[in-house]
Amino acid sequence: MSGVLQSVRPSSLRPSLRHLTTVVFEGQRRRENLYFVVLAVVLLGLFPLALDNFHLNLIGKYLTYAFVSLGLVLCWGYGGILSLGQGVFFGLGGYCMAMFLKLEASDPASTSIQSTPGIPDFMDWNQLTSLPAIWVPFKSLFCTLIAIPLVPGLLALALGAAMFRRRVGGVYFAIITQALASILSILIIGRQGYTGGVNGITDLRTLLGWDIRSDSAKTILYYVNALLLLGAVALSFSILRSKLGRLLLAVRDREERVLFTGYDVAAIKTFVFVLAAVYSAIGGAMFTLQVGFMSPSFVGIVPSIEMVISAAVGGRGSLFGAIYGTLIVNAAKTFFSEGFPELWLFVIGALFIAVVMIFPNGLAGMDYARAARTVLGWFSKLGKMRDGGSGRPVVAVVAPVVPSQPRIKVEGQ
Amino acid sequence: MNISAAIWAMQAFNGLSTFCVLLLMALGLAIVFGQMGVINMAHGEFLTIGAYTTYLLSQVSERWLPALANWYFFVAIALAFVLAGALGLVVEHFMIRKLYKRPLDTLLATWGLSLIMQQAFRSTFGAREVSAKLPDWLMGSLKPTPTIDIPINGLVVMGLTTILTAGVLFALFYTRFGIDVRATMQNRAMASAVGINTARIDRLAFGLGCGLAGVAGAAFTTIGSTGPTSGSLYIVDTFLVVVFGGAQSLFGTIASAFTIAQTQATTEFFMTGSMAKVLTLSLVILILMARPQGLFALKVRR
Repeated sequence: MSGVLQSVRPSSLRPSLRHLTTVVFEGQRRRENLYFVVLAVVLLGLFPLALDNFHLNLIGKYLTYAFVSLGLVLCWGYGGILSLGQGVFFGLGGYCMAMFLKLEASDPASTSIQSTPGIPDFMDWNQLTSLPAIWVPFKSLFCTLIAIPLVPGLLALALGAAMFRRRVGGVYFAIITQALASILSILIIGRQGYTGGVNGITDLRTLLGWDIRSDSAKTILYYVNALLLLGAVALSFSILRSKLGRLLLAVRDREERVLFTGYDVAAIKTFVFVLAAVYSAIGGAMFTLQVGFMSPSFVGIVPSIEMVISAAVGGRGSLFGAIYGTLIVNAAKTFFSEGFPELWLFVIGALFIAVVMIFPNGLAGMDYARAARTVLGWFSKLGKMRDGGSGRPVVAVVAPVVPSQPRIKVEGQ
Repeated sequence: MNISAAIWAMQAFNGLSTFCVLLLMALGLAIVFGQMGVINMAHGEFLTIGAYTTYLLSQVSERWLPALANWYFFVAIALAFVLAGALGLVVEHFMIRKLYKRPLDTLLATWGLSLIMQQAFRSTFGAREVSAKLPDWLMGSLKPTPTIDIPINGLVVMGLTTILTAGVLFALFYTRFGIDVRATMQNRAMASAVGINTARIDRLAFGLGCGLAGVAGAAFTTIGSTGPTSGSLYIVDTFLVVVFGGAQSLFGTIASAFTIAQTQATTEFFMTGSMAKVLTLSLVILILMARPQGLFALKVRR
């Protein structure tokens, strides 16, 4: 069987088959392009027109999580690698940005009341008298912009290369990334003088003299964020449509076969893990810019796994689904935490279970026609019960149109 | 006896205490995750169930059965095992059973379960931590020399750990049930072919693992207070213990709990607790990067 080769090079197929695959891919491509335009219209047109500044900023905050979800779709939905440590990369990106902004906010003039002017206020409170060496590169915006993708990318590269070379995958990888999230949040909270501790890095004001707290700045940052997100979606599609994208799917479904065909499975997995890490880091940096602070509460185990559930609810196999899922889950979180905080954990817990047991492909992959039939079926049962069990079905559509086939019971199934 | 020897002895005792805590937590997980390969992220909450059971029983005995006040702890251990185990059986039936072939999804679903359980604890018992009233004989400490101070509750936890570990080892290696569990773990199809009811073994093993978590929770009330999220604090450490030891090896779990606990206790002497934990966990991850199969890998045909 040369299935893998055929799917990689359609040109080598028989003419009739080649036509068929072209039609299938073309149709899918056209649909995806349309969805992309819809997403662009929603993000760049609908939201800014329909929402006031406060809510637009809120959506902007959710969209920074959508970067993480995009990465998770690529690495979990397509690559089969579940990382429970995406908060680490989100946090590293965010902290890189926050360190630059904090240094700009603590110039000697505005920190003159400190015992050591010119260093961030929390360092002064923790009796540090000079800037630690790891903070020095973040005096320059150029270094910061390089560090944002580079630091998380290198961490992901080291971890991915070590783990995937030794063919560690699945649950072990998930647990180890989760431990990483735990380590980093303990580290940040523990080294208060270097990181701002549990409060994080707060009171960020300007970017190269430009006040990021004003309404106009927040609108501009929203657009920058939305454009970056659309760029990330476009890049993800170009990867998924390439040979690499198909290899990624092949690795998820039949890792051994891809390995025996001669491909470097570890390199493919590492690549997609690093890409997901870089996406998350960009999201983190944009989060810092839009929200104005960064704290360890976005790094640890709980935020990391909440990002996974956002992607899962939207649909782990759909880039668009992940974005909309992130918006829905986070909007629900805001709604419940404001109104009914004690209900939120029940809701998200039930969501976790439902997304696994009932709709594993998320909102994007749900069979809506079947779901509608099921719901109608419940109503029809309800109607029957009201009739005292003797009435005819209220909804006629529910009756199976296909002649019933003899059921074969397989022992042990 | 000079001071440094006393410090050394206390330090060794601290390490042993941490070891017992880790091992108690890991025992249940070694069965559920190590033997069956099920990621139960709600394991910590089963532990919390055991702890709250003990707390409730201490309240009951204080109010209505003062005669029992000295010995309620042993009833609590049994009750914690039964309650947590029974809930484990229910969870297995409605959730885990359907997800055996999708380990990553089990992880997500059980995480959801753990969130629901945490909120249920919070709604029932309040967000504040509670402590069981300990019987008098558990308080106080032994003083073999004037400078060494060994708390009795620590000794009790150690004793309990020893008994439980021995019990689990015996159950797995010398009973029919244990043979069935190991056979199912090593080759499910073959085990099924020779007449082992693998679905029943799965259910019982999961229930046993959860019951052990409940006992661990009961033991924990003697050394700390209980809050809605107490269990989840340990879950990552516990999984690391099992993975580090080599998932399918129970002896590996014991050895890895010992190694991690001693490293933690030793480094804690030189730096703050949180930095010691960061250092220990990082070391474990680095070792796992070099040796992913853990300390003691068992060869299993898949």
